[in-house]
Amino acid sequence: MTADAAAAARELPRPTTGTPRWLARISVGRLLTHATLLLLVVLWTFPTAGLLISSLRDKDQLAVSGWWTALSTSLTQGVSRIGTAADQLEDGGRFVIRGNVFGTDTNKQLDSFGLTNATPAAAVAGQSLPMAAGGDITVQRDGSFEWVSATAFTHTRGPRVFYVASIAPRFTLDNYVEVLTASNVGRSFINSFTVTIPATIIPILMAAFAAYALAWMRFPYRGTIVALVVGLLVVPLQMSLIPLLSLYNNIAQAFGATDGKAYLGIWLAHTAFGLPLAIYLLRNYMAGIPREIMESARIDGASHFKIFTSMILPLSFPALASFAIFQFLWVWNDLLVAMVFLGAQDSKLVLTGKLVSLLGSRGNNWEILTAGAFVTIVVPLIVFFSLQRYFVRGMMAGSVK
Amino acid sequence: MGDVFGQVLSAGFAIAVALAAAGAYFWGTNWLLDKVLASTPRMTSGEMSRRDGLRSSIRPWLFLFPSLLFLAVYLVYPVLETFRLSLFDKTGRGFIGFSNYLWAFGDGNFQQSVLNNILWLLIVPALSTAFGLVIAVLADRLWWGSIAKSLVFMPMAISFVGASVIWRFVYDYRGEALEQIGVLNALVTWFGLPPQAWITIPLWNSIFLMVILIWIQTGFAMVILSAALRGIPEETLEAARIDGANGFQIFFTIMIPQIFGTIVVVWTTITITVLKVFDIIFTMTNGQWDTEVLANLMFKWMFVNFDYGRGSAIAVILMLAVTPIMIWNIRRANAEEGTR
Repeated sequence: MTADAAAAARELPRPTTGTPRWLARISVGRLLTHATLLLLVVLWTFPTAGLLISSLRDKDQLAVSGWWTALSTSLTQGVSRIGTAADQLEDGGRFVIRGNVFGTDTNKQLDSFGLTNATPAAAVAGQSLPMAAGGDITVQRDGSFEWVSATAFTHTRGPRVFYVASIAPRFTLDNYVEVLTASNVGRSFINSFTVTIPATIIPILMAAFAAYALAWMRFPYRGTIVALVVGLLVVPLQMSLIPLLSLYNNIAQAFGATDGKAYLGIWLAHTAFGLPLAIYLLRNYMAGIPREIMESARIDGASHFKIFTSMILPLSFPALASFAIFQFLWVWNDLLVAMVFLGAQDSKLVLTGKLVSLLGSRGNNWEILTAGAFVTIVVPLIVFFSLQRYFVRGMMAGSVK
Repeated sequence: MGDVFGQVLSAGFAIAVALAAAGAYFWGTNWLLDKVLASTPRMTSGEMSRRDGLRSSIRPWLFLFPSLLFLAVYLVYPVLETFRLSLFDKTGRGFIGFSNYLWAFGDGNFQQSVLNNILWLLIVPALSTAFGLVIAVLADRLWWGSIAKSLVFMPMAISFVGASVIWRFVYDYRGEALEQIGVLNALVTWFGLPPQAWITIPLWNSIFLMVILIWIQTGFAMVILSAALRGIPEETLEAARIDGANGFQIFFTIMIPQIFGTIVVVWTTITITVLKVFDIIFTMTNGQWDTEVLANLMFKWMFVNFDYGRGSAIAVILMLAVTPIMIWNIRRANAEEGTR
């Protein structure tokens, strides 16, 4: 059907009785479309949202309640060992031991307390309980306690107080501070940049020249080289690891170093691993530049070198940007190559490697893991959301059409 | 702090040196070529055209040389070397023929890995493509579609390791008496069922790991397919609507056939990603509870047991698995080259 005929068909008057039903069907359909897509989007963002929210929560709360309850108060049970006879003060003829069952942590509110594991609710905040070692203990809502006795304390081992406390919703950057300082993630952050920036920049110029030759120059075996590049696009990296590691170790030995694990090695490895995509992507883009532009430049007597540097390179900027983003994300997110060529030494770990090691050593400390994970993904997310257009374009050109 | 500074400095230095070296190489060799093989007016026309021809046949190789060198050293040589090593023993010195392969096919872990890889190959590309297609179709019809697409696409920017931590949190398990902080177990207990340690239940755990990759790859499928869908001529869709086709009929009889080529491309691209999947297994289970896959098994033999022969053999098998797709890609690239 031609466009005219389609337009004519659209003009046809619709049967009047059918219109309301048709309208109803469409709006239900549209509602369903909205609902389905919303459900899918929620499913897709839910896990990341959970991570982000959790990383900002108070770590006590995070450990005892789901992140979707972040805005409500949660209950926690705890135990604290209180002072011994050495801590007592004499106050107007009575002997007193003071302190706080929460220690220095002040985000909790005591609901009730007791003296055995089974009875954490024996008394509510502000009430007193008689102690086995003599005297009475009173615990206030803020956790401060006062243990008063008419006779001097003699016990050497502090008795335990069990309590139920509520934790008010609190959002904090403490987890990030801890992760960046104590857990050495800050160092890994710098390492990731050290690996990524050179590994992104070095291949670009090299690939651009090769891509130009493959797109616009005539020479024997051109087709073979293009086929080789396309083939190398999918070669599993696993094939390269052992030979390259041996090669690096041999070179390192020749120079008297202990092993071949250095930044130079990983820069060059990432450069090479990124080249097939770079060449393929840039060649496709350059081949799409109109032939007339090239030919008029040739007629004006410009050499290939001149055409490339003064025309093709500036014109190819979008493709260069696409590749750069691709390579940046791939190198930043890589775990395997970094593990093999940089090793597992703590001072050389990149963020992905660091996160794996945190999973091993702090596997249950979700305040560390969530904050650590967010630190590793924040840079890619910024790059992604600010340069999404180029990323999408690169991806389209990069998947073999 | 001193070594951090030195490290950043060396990175900057490396960038500068690499750019300078590349610039000097490309500019210098071109200048040399034009100088050494210059055609001057004093030459005979035959000599001039011979030199012109010589220059234009040498120049492409000057442009290509650095890239080809890198590809040869870092990809072509290692592939050949890995083939060779797979026929040698643990240390790479004694030739043992196909023993490593025979070992592999008799090894329980290897069989488990192959089985799991096949499961991954059956499930992940299919579901990623299907979800991607559905989201692309829905999003293109709604005003907030581009925001939706952006959010679904976002996991593509997240590392496999980061994604694994995100999902480990979803699958988190605590004893029955405690309050669940993982979404999945919270949901399960809300329905009154007992919580489960999801990633330790064989077979199901593989599926829970696949969910992570599907979550990541759907965005990829969606973006590519969305572009393909926009390429369908509006008249075709309009004609179908006038003929009274409903949304489902249009989807299955017009859209899918029209973009079938793209669906295949997306499918094969995800297939290759699936074959190479390593980070997710390594981070989540390291192959425990029957979740082993080839890429992780290969890593273990290579860098935990230091058996280069067996590690290489597994790598070669992985390579053979991607070879059909590789050949198919090359053929299509060649066909395209022919039409240019």
